[in-house]
Amino acid sequence: MSPASYIFGIVSAGLILLVVVEMLRRGYLRERHAIWWLIAGVLAMIAGIFPATLEWAARLLGIEVPINLVFFVSIAILFLVCLQISTELTRLEAKTRTLAERVALLELRVAQAESRHPRDQD
Amino acid sequence: MNLALDRTLIVMPAFNEEESVGTVVREVFDKLPGVHVLVVDDGSSDATAKVARDAGALVARLPYNLGVGGAMRLGFRYALENGFERVVQIDSDGQHDPTSAPALIAELASADLVLGARFAGIGEYRVRGPRLWAMKVLSAVLSRSSKTTLSDTTSGYRASGPRAIALFAETYPAEYLGDTVEALVIALRSGLTVKQVPVAMRARAGGVPSHNPIRSTNYLGRVGLALIFAYLRPASSFEAKARP
Repeated sequence: MSPASYIFGIVSAGLILLVVVEMLRRGYLRERHAIWWLIAGVLAMIAGIFPATLEWAARLLGIEVPINLVFFVSIAILFLVCLQISTELTRLEAKTRTLAERVALLELRVAQAESRHPRDQD
Repeated sequence: MNLALDRTLIVMPAFNEEESVGTVVREVFDKLPGVHVLVVDDGSSDATAKVARDAGALVARLPYNLGVGGAMRLGFRYALENGFERVVQIDSDGQHDPTSAPALIAELASADLVLGARFAGIGEYRVRGPRLWAMKVLSAVLSRSSKTTLSDTTSGYRASGPRAIALFAETYPAEYLGDTVEALVIALRSGLTVKQVPVAMRARAGGVPSHNPIRSTNYLGRVGLALIFAYLRPASSFEAKARP
């Protein structure tokens, strides 16, 4: 591995962590949504600084080409993030549905109350 | 005035039905004197709400389209909060003949949920191909579950008694086919009794049921999925949290 690619790996991982931490700090991202991105960033940082850990882990799992482990873990993390976002979307839809129903019921009650007691005209 | 009708709420989900909703509401008041009619305007962009209000119905307007399931859960919540004992769902497109409603309501004496079945003898509603197979599968599975014959499980013409109202106000599904098939499964798995009563159907104001083979096959697939997931879901906790 050339020094350039070694530094490139570390800088990329650092950027991921920097962006995620900064978004968390500013409140653009909630912790439970950031967790997978943080894990991805930390893993990338470890593999970047100590490439030997990647080779060791690949050998442990019987993966011949270590880079395939990187691809596998990356795809797995993206998959988990997508799944988490989908479930979150489902929950949000259920919540907005309940709110929409409540709003409609309240509007109906207000209209009924107003027709019984018309507002004073100024 | 009939006391049964007095405690009955007709719920009509309506999405852009300004042409038919007024006539249907007036017909319901004419055939079923004393009922209360709640039209749920499901995010229509036309004058549905105004037409329905002018015809004398109560109108609840959803801020955006939720589908029949969302509109019906709103109806059940309204019924629960305002002390109605029966809810009858009638389509706002004039497909359901209000003269059948008393038969549905009468059957509620011995059931929690009564379906108005289109194939049980009267009327001339016909389907074929994959759509028919889908309905046959549904009918077979759900009839087994309910220990009674249910020949038309996707019928939207149905009456709910007090126990069904309490259940559906909590958990009426909004997914595709959820308002018919899944709601039925939820009711059965919560221990409610379901029965059917034959009703005549009129032609829809806007066109006939689709017989496009691709769309019908698509429908068959979605029915299968809806049915499988309806049974796979954890059972409703309705019985556990029923009021003392």
